[in-house]
Amino acid sequence: MIRLYDDLIIQTVCRIMIPLIQLFAFYVIAHGHYSPGGGFQGGCILGASFILMVIAYDINWMKRRFSEKKNILLIALGVLIYALVGVLCILLGAEYLNYGILHKIIPTDSVKVRALGTLIIEIGVGITVMAVMVSIFLNLTTLGKHEKGEV
Amino acid sequence: MTWIMEILILTILLICALAAIHVKDLLSSAILLGAYSFLMCILWAEMGAVDVAFTEAAVGAGISTAFFIGAIYQTTRRTKD
Repeated sequence: MIRLYDDLIIQTVCRIMIPLIQLFAFYVIAHGHYSPGGGFQGGCILGASFILMVIAYDINWMKRRFSEKKNILLIALGVLIYALVGVLCILLGAEYLNYGILHKIIPTDSVKVRALGTLIIEIGVGITVMAVMVSIFLNLTTLGKHEKGEV
Repeated sequence: MTWIMEILILTILLICALAAIHVKDLLSSAILLGAYSFLMCILWAEMGAVDVAFTEAAVGAGISTAFFIGAIYQTTRRTKD
């Protein structure tokens, strides 16, 4: 069980570091197709920022900002984004996740729309990985009791 | 010149891996596994696989160390054997 432990240095450093970590995670997700990185790595870094929030403060402090219900919804939302883009490609007449066909509904050329499709997929993967990492950590540290508010 | 650095990193990697198995304190074991992951990350970046190195740094050293420490909260800190 992680209890609230008032330490001025740890809490101040974490308050400064957490937005920077989250900004870096968004950069990694958005530049996944130009440079090393992508949805999985960016989602892991984004989940690590929430885990740092739990370690520096406590679970209830973090759950006031990012509740369990939102967490479950985000896990489903990421998979939904991934699947919807794939099914949209089938409906437009190409294979599953063949983004090139999306130029029929997005008014750019076929090369740019391919990069855009990759970006949408990476965002979906990043959302799911972030929510799953936070969920694993919370259930691991509290033996699954945090949903009833027993910690 | 790079082979000297490679052999140095591989030696420290081997020491970290053996120490993580043999140490009695589970918290030290988790931290040693994090050090092992970082050395593996340097080795992969040196071999040119930057994407794999990035994944190792984010997952192996970052998230999984936090998971191990979270699991040690639920058990005793010292091993029995």
